[in-house]
Amino acid sequence: MKTLNFEDLTQLRKKAHAELNVRELSYAATSEESCGLAVGTEHIQLLCCGGTGCKASNSAKIVDNLKAAIEAEGIADKVDVIVTGCFGFCEKGPIVKVMPDNTFYTQVKPEDAEEIVKEHVIGGRKVERLLYVDPKTQHTVSDSKHMDFYRKQLRVALRNCGFIDPENIEEYIARDGYAALANALQNQTPEEVIEVIKQSGLRGRGGAGFPTGMKWGFARNYQAENKYVVCNADEGDPGAFMDRSIMEGDPHSVLEAMAICAYCIGANKGLIYIRAEYPLAVHRLRIAIEQAREYGLIGKCVLGSDFNFDVEIRYGAGAFVCGEETALIHSMEGKRGEPTLKPPFPAESGYNGYPTNVNNVETLANVPIILTKGAEWFASIGTEKSKGTKVFALAGKINNVGLIEVPMGTTLREIIYDIGGGVKNGKKFKAVQTGGPSGGCLTEKHLDIPIDYDSLTAAGSMMGSGGMIVMDEDDCMVSVAKFYLEFTVSESCGKCTPCRIGNKRLLEILTRITEGKGTMEDLDTLKTLAATIKDTALCGLGQTSPNPVLSTIDNFYDEYVEHVKQHKCRSKQCKALLTYSINPEKCKGCGACKRGCPADAILGDLRKPHVINPFKCIRCGMCQSRCHFDAIVVI
Amino acid sequence: MAKEMKLACNVVEQVEAICDKFGNKPGELINVLHEAQNLHGYLPEEMQRIIARKLGIPASRVYGVVTFYSFFTMTPKGRHPISVCLGTACYVRGSEKLLEEIKRTLNIEVGQTTPDGKFSLDCLRCVGACGLAPVVTIGDRVYGRLQPKDIKTILDEVED
Amino acid sequence: MITITIDRHEVVVPANMTILDAAKVVNVEIPTLCHINLEGTCLKSNPASCRLCVVEVEGNRNLVPACATKCRPGMVVHTSSPRVLRARKTVAELILSDHPNDCLTCPKCSDCELQRLVRRLNCRNIPFKDGERMERKKEITPAITRDMSKCIYCRRCESVCNDVQSVGALGAVGRGFGTIVGTAFGKTLGDTNCTYCGQCVAVCPVGALTERDYAEELIADITNPDKVVIAQTAPAVRYALGEEFGLKPGTSVTGKMVTALKDMGFDYVFDTDFGADMTIMEEGYEILDRLKKFLAGDKTVKLPIMTSCCPAWVNFYEHEFPDLLDYPSSAKSPGQMFGAVAKTYWADKMGIPRDKLVVVSIMPCLAKKYECGRPEFKVDGNPDVDYSISTRELAALIRRSNISFDSLPDSDFDTPMGESTGAAAIFGTTGGVMEAALRTVYEVYTGKTLPHIDLDQVRGLDGVREATIDLDGFPLKVCVVHTLSNARMIMNKLRAGELDYHVVEVMACPGGCIGGAGQPYHHGDGTVLRARQRAAYAEDAGKQLRKSHENPDIQRLYQEFLGEPLHGKAHELLHTSYSDKSIK
Repeated sequence: MKTLNFEDLTQLRKKAHAELNVRELSYAATSEESCGLAVGTEHIQLLCCGGTGCKASNSAKIVDNLKAAIEAEGIADKVDVIVTGCFGFCEKGPIVKVMPDNTFYTQVKPEDAEEIVKEHVIGGRKVERLLYVDPKTQHTVSDSKHMDFYRKQLRVALRNCGFIDPENIEEYIARDGYAALANALQNQTPEEVIEVIKQSGLRGRGGAGFPTGMKWGFARNYQAENKYVVCNADEGDPGAFMDRSIMEGDPHSVLEAMAICAYCIGANKGLIYIRAEYPLAVHRLRIAIEQAREYGLIGKCVLGSDFNFDVEIRYGAGAFVCGEETALIHSMEGKRGEPTLKPPFPAESGYNGYPTNVNNVETLANVPIILTKGAEWFASIGTEKSKGTKVFALAGKINNVGLIEVPMGTTLREIIYDIGGGVKNGKKFKAVQTGGPSGGCLTEKHLDIPIDYDSLTAAGSMMGSGGMIVMDEDDCMVSVAKFYLEFTVSESCGKCTPCRIGNKRLLEILTRITEGKGTMEDLDTLKTLAATIKDTALCGLGQTSPNPVLSTIDNFYDEYVEHVKQHKCRSKQCKALLTYSINPEKCKGCGACKRGCPADAILGDLRKPHVINPFKCIRCGMCQSRCHFDAIVVI
Repeated sequence: MAKEMKLACNVVEQVEAICDKFGNKPGELINVLHEAQNLHGYLPEEMQRIIARKLGIPASRVYGVVTFYSFFTMTPKGRHPISVCLGTACYVRGSEKLLEEIKRTLNIEVGQTTPDGKFSLDCLRCVGACGLAPVVTIGDRVYGRLQPKDIKTILDEVED
Repeated sequence: MITITIDRHEVVVPANMTILDAAKVVNVEIPTLCHINLEGTCLKSNPASCRLCVVEVEGNRNLVPACATKCRPGMVVHTSSPRVLRARKTVAELILSDHPNDCLTCPKCSDCELQRLVRRLNCRNIPFKDGERMERKKEITPAITRDMSKCIYCRRCESVCNDVQSVGALGAVGRGFGTIVGTAFGKTLGDTNCTYCGQCVAVCPVGALTERDYAEELIADITNPDKVVIAQTAPAVRYALGEEFGLKPGTSVTGKMVTALKDMGFDYVFDTDFGADMTIMEEGYEILDRLKKFLAGDKTVKLPIMTSCCPAWVNFYEHEFPDLLDYPSSAKSPGQMFGAVAKTYWADKMGIPRDKLVVVSIMPCLAKKYECGRPEFKVDGNPDVDYSISTRELAALIRRSNISFDSLPDSDFDTPMGESTGAAAIFGTTGGVMEAALRTVYEVYTGKTLPHIDLDQVRGLDGVREATIDLDGFPLKVCVVHTLSNARMIMNKLRAGELDYHVVEVMACPGGCIGGAGQPYHHGDGTVLRARQRAAYAEDAGKQLRKSHENPDIQRLYQEFLGEPLHGKAHELLHTSYSDKSIK
């Protein structure tokens, strides 16, 4: 294929758009009727999620089976099976969508494929048992637009995820892909593009929320023979998978944005720093880079202009601190990923000493659409200081685990109760953790805050990259703080004293408290030491690492005091504070617990109530999970 | 740790070829280590020395990088590497208990390999299948929504 | 120039100056620990990681490190606000919580930067002392003692070993709380490419890296009536030793040092300077020999010839450049030449059996401790130099021997191995060996008297210095380098065939032996090195004899015993060979 020029791209878009039309139309208007070859539909497309989550549930096999069934029915010329990126509703995955009637099948199994093809694709009858059931009304809902999970979402960064085939560049082009780049190269100066980004109010989605346009402006102002554009895809928050989903579902949006950024700052080299633990994202990025190169959308003389830009992939190797931009740069240079002091900022001296602009994946994914739809459109979404939308990985004790995107300013309550469907198993909401190891735990009283960068920071947490973990009454907040600190301690690069030793000491104190050995003085020490670490640590990781501790002390002080004074963990998570016993009324003497006990702590004869020797018991909870009669009592 | 084995000639050549492929540039160290580990499963001392020599950097720097990044390992992995997700989503849904159960069942600690070389045990942070939390991966296969009592079954299922 | 406010002072400083340096202008001394910048050399480490120099800058959310934060116009800095003092103290307490705090018995006691800092910050307890500590095994090598339990992870040693010396024996290992500066694969230093230059010891702020101490061996030998114990003192020791007793850097204390050594019980006190003159005879004639062959058209002759006095440099090329071992001079170092002659010529003269004679070298150097143990410097297992002690160890021994150094009278070295020339006096500074050699080479080659005896072209502290000497119409190109990274640069050029010098002098330590790892700690003060260098040249200028070949005792030694330089006995006793010691 010959590389495209501006005119070719426009032509190709028209052609590709026509092919994608069946999906575009169905997205626009959903019909209550079913489509089906038997009822006169001419062309049907089946979209199947090929994100990591659904793949883990065997979605590849579903695709195979769908294709086989279509082949067997001899309808391959009328029906396409398209593997897309993540639909977001991971809780109900794997998901198969039927177009053009926009039917949304949930928790599909490979053996369901034949039925979908026979019943729906051919017969035009929806497979009722695979439809989503609204937990509130108990009615089935056949399309996503009418699901609470999707109703309050606004998919901007995720606009193509779950819609296009990420391995097919023409589908991206059909969705106005590379139009922003073409327009910039043809009609805009770099300064003009930067101005649009500034006007849009886009802020960095990686955590700190620095204005993106301003960052580009800095990098543009430094003169050097080489400059670099870096995409930070080292998503390391435990429990966050926003960036990965974008790269898996819409890799070209990232590439296009990098090319635009390069044009703006005067770079001709792009680097994507990605976790090696993301094989699927790497695979899709590689394909995207190859295709973009083949089409002349990156490489020498992009679209026939005099702009050169190429992209390389660099691998992370499992170090959370490499999400910090200076550490990331050192890692790309083949060194230990240790942060260095800023200034100098990467815009002045970054990769190999050259001016470097680092943006995170989600930030970049917003860029092309801002340029095609305009700064005013983007700035009309969100709050005064935080424009646009934010993607969150909603997880934990929540009914609808998944990847969501909402306008800035949406409240936590809307996210948790409307989109997330409330707390799992009818338990009581306790806290929601945002911002990962750098963030904090927010409570009931924070639920109505419109979330944006500044309100979350004011509430003692932070936006972070978008992890959002819901916790219920069974979660011990001291243990949660300890969990995050364990993470920070193991991920600290070890360079500066406060983070290397200070966080270790914080963790030791927390451990003492969860073992019932803490003192009230420890609680004061936690606070003062945490404050010093925030004040003196070298990089963003260290400076924010005490946040989970501070926010849980602030919001759940009673729980800390309970651990210290009463040696009690109300959520029954702190093993050392628990006592296991057997309720003789309920015990049937079946012996299941006794056989499962790894510590030989359970005594008793068959068919007679058993007892636990508290001195031998290691509080592993094995007996409880083995007991069929709910006879194990934990206090 | 097992006695350091001498690398086979062809492995040495392949590692050298990897270094050559990246132009023997010190800046490519992490890429080289990734490929070398893909090739051999782990990064023994001898291999790191070869890489240091080829890239013209001190062995201490290679070792410093290998010990910094958790992805790199100097011990051979099992034929079926097990990873327990300790991401927050999995953590709040009880992945720690799964880890304990695996440790107990296989009688190994995190970072170790069973004496027969069948399993090795590691932790990771988020496979991105949070909808299936808690999650354990064995080789390429992802097991979701597990409880401690399921562990024995899934381990027994794994065939060499 | 910009104006900033530091505490109560307004100060006008160049933009780009750090807050730390700007504060010094108004006599505000902000405490530091990891930071080191030895001015005049390339020794600089500034990771901004210890966080003890944090200060408050108005408008900044967090405290900033003064050592790495540049001044901005109008900046308002508070260096000792309650917030700063509290943070600084907590950081110090954290360091102490991961430190053995066995100060009373620590070799660095009273010379420890952490100790000084903790005293200054008025730390009175260690709130986190029950926390886990990284206990690590102590390692004793022939030259260096590593006790990493004491390491505070300032990483100066890593900087010096990598950036200044390009050796890379040490590097950061691991991550998080367990991070440590270590060797590749946790080997002992002896199993790495460590050259024992000891610069890591010279910069270590605490007792993690210290010299291998030979004080007990020395005391045992001195007090043993069956042994004759003789001392030789290296050129650079005499104008640094005084610092240990409160004298200004660069004060020459030769006479007091000799008296002290005698008071301590040494039977004879000789001068390594005598060995230095011998070295010039051998190395100088070797230069002439290679030069003559080269001029006669011999294509196989190896040029440039390189000096071989510095034992860390010798280790360096044996490790790293085994293919180029023909280039360095085969002459032993002055100390080893002295030992070889002392245990033959002098011992025979005095009728002392070899096994009863103990030769102790007093050196500014730690690599010498390793050098004297090399098998090629032993006869039937008995070393030419039994052991080497550093300037610092000598000072400690003087104190321990209840000698009041300040009030000591001067004494002279014993003869015949105590007489030396000005050429030998400058051996201890970078450029000194070259200058000494050129004085002899010029005169022997041309048969004329050197017109200007001070060869200013090779003096100074620049890392690489070049000069061309007119040898009767032949332009002799010479080069002087110090630090091993500069040496590596030269050797890489040589390997690539891009070097066109005839003679190259290499010293491993910054400044040469004046900055040796066995010298009193400079604590990052570059003026100390300069003062020692000035003292060396002053001593040279004050000598009547300034050319090695004019030393009458040397002339007599050759007549009576050695014969001709490079030949016979001289060759046998004063030359050595090198072997490939690269780590495979």
